Amino acid sequence: MTTLTVAAQDASTMVGRELKHTVRFPLLLVGAIMAPVVFLLLFVYIFGGTIGGGLGAVTHSAPYVDFLVPGILMMTVAAGSGTTAITVCTDMTGGIIDRFRTMPIARGAVLTGHVGGSVLRTLVATTVLTGVALAVGFRPRASAADWLAAVGIVLAFSFALAWLSVALGLGAKTVAGANGSTLPVQFLLPFLSSTFVPASSMPLGVRWFTAHQPFTPVTESLRALLTGTAAGDNAYLALAWCAAMALAGYLWARATFRRAVR
Amino acid sequence: MNRTTRQATRTAVFAQSLQKTYGDTKVLDGVDLSIAEGEVFALLGPNGAGKTTTVKILSTLIPADAGTVSVLGHDLRREGDAVRAVIGVTGQFSAVDDWLTGEENLLLMGRLLHVPRAERRARAARLLEQFDLTEAATRTPVTYSGGMKRRLDIAMTLMGRPRLIFLDEPTTGLDPRSRHTTWQLIRDLVADGVTILLTTQYLEEADQLADRIAVLDHGRIVAEGTPEELKRRIPGAHISLRFADAESLGQAAQALPESTRDDEELVLRVPNEGGIASLRDVLARLGDGVAVEDLSIHTPDLDDVFFALTGNPAKEQTR
Repeated sequence: MTTLTVAAQDASTMVGRELKHTVRFPLLLVGAIMAPVVFLLLFVYIFGGTIGGGLGAVTHSAPYVDFLVPGILMMTVAAGSGTTAITVCTDMTGGIIDRFRTMPIARGAVLTGHVGGSVLRTLVATTVLTGVALAVGFRPRASAADWLAAVGIVLAFSFALAWLSVALGLGAKTVAGANGSTLPVQFLLPFLSSTFVPASSMPLGVRWFTAHQPFTPVTESLRALLTGTAAGDNAYLALAWCAAMALAGYLWARATFRRAVR
Repeated sequence: MNRTTRQATRTAVFAQSLQKTYGDTKVLDGVDLSIAEGEVFALLGPNGAGKTTTVKILSTLIPADAGTVSVLGHDLRREGDAVRAVIGVTGQFSAVDDWLTGEENLLLMGRLLHVPRAERRARAARLLEQFDLTEAATRTPVTYSGGMKRRLDIAMTLMGRPRLIFLDEPTTGLDPRSRHTTWQLIRDLVADGVTILLTTQYLEEADQLADRIAVLDHGRIVAEGTPEELKRRIPGAHISLRFADAESLGQAAQALPESTRDDEELVLRVPNEGGIASLRDVLARLGDGVAVEDLSIHTPDLDDVFFALTGNPAKEQTR
């Protein structure tokens, strides 16, 4: 066996371990689905009437739910980062990490396992959310190719946030702290992006931030793909941001992992 | 233990002048170790003496600041992977996955060690049986007692058939019954020919299990030898008899000539190899005529070892 096959095997074993954790402790998944579902229902049934009316010009009088759902999908991916940081921190603060580290297994396998588990959980969560969205009146006008592209962006975004959350989880001293450290990713950045309203409707300073932060092109490209309009540069911008965040998260996680085990 | 029949041909662990400092505290101050293959070696010392740090260095978890180590012929610094392939570690704190069942924990180890599937299942089943965990196999360790959790921990260490096993305080926190079960498990491992390095705070544990003991104090090895050699250097077990007056003390001292008397405290110490028979013998020789005010049986413990070897009591050493 080559080093690479061994590393791949160890990583897939660790992904399997994460999946077992999720099955055994479904709250990990349910918790990350609940928040986006609540936001979806809240904004469709309670705030949506007024917001949607006010956005008439931007949405070309399409139902607000069609504008909202792509943003909520992005939020669902972001919501998974809490779970990822928590599971990483649980490993690091327990004795099991020392056991892994005294075994002849690929060094980063445990982290790769968390990333893989995180991406798979996100796939389940976004699928559930899409189902709920369809039930409350979301009517996408996407072709099969658009759907594939949308899934691709969800995967890329989820992969990038997973590495960032792994780094946050490694840096946290307690499990509660791990969750807390991901709150900006879970809520602040989604709110300060075009999830609920377009950037153009925001006050000047916030508008600039919103227009230039990574979560906005992700939402915008999903929105374009799912409503059957041209994604334009947003899709490339989104993928570039995802690549940058994944790389930064990976390097940060690797450095923190090395430091944490001294 | 059957020291004589065992062949100590190769060296399992050879460490020279290990140093480790955390901040201002010198945790290891030049530790030398030489452990033969097939040997059970105990590191004995109070909390903070450097036992866990030594295990962490030898098991590749942390690097030493200075010193050289070879583990079963592999240089620790340059051949970490080769070292990890031949060792098994059961740390002081539980290293089981609380969200997987007992069986899944073992299978996870097997998978990570690339044991073929059929062999993996067979080995897991055998270990569950051997460690009396078959009934608990489908439950998660959260439902286990401390002893069961420790047994699963050691079983996980054995999934890879290691040739050198580190056991860091394997019985700390266990009740006496679980402690004896764990001792028996360790003895069974020895019969299979693996080398064991165990750390303990209990003289009795080291005495029960180890072929050789090194006493660690403030990051230095202050004594090393077989249990017999070490015990010869410390005050042995004795029966302590206290009397109401000097007259009774004198009578008793005459009846028990092997004893030593302390006239100030009115105490007589009678050497005693332990056991009811020798106690009965002492009482019989004392007869009914002498009134004993108080009797206590004293067995040597870590405190005696430390007092004898370092002149200091085995107080917990703070970092």
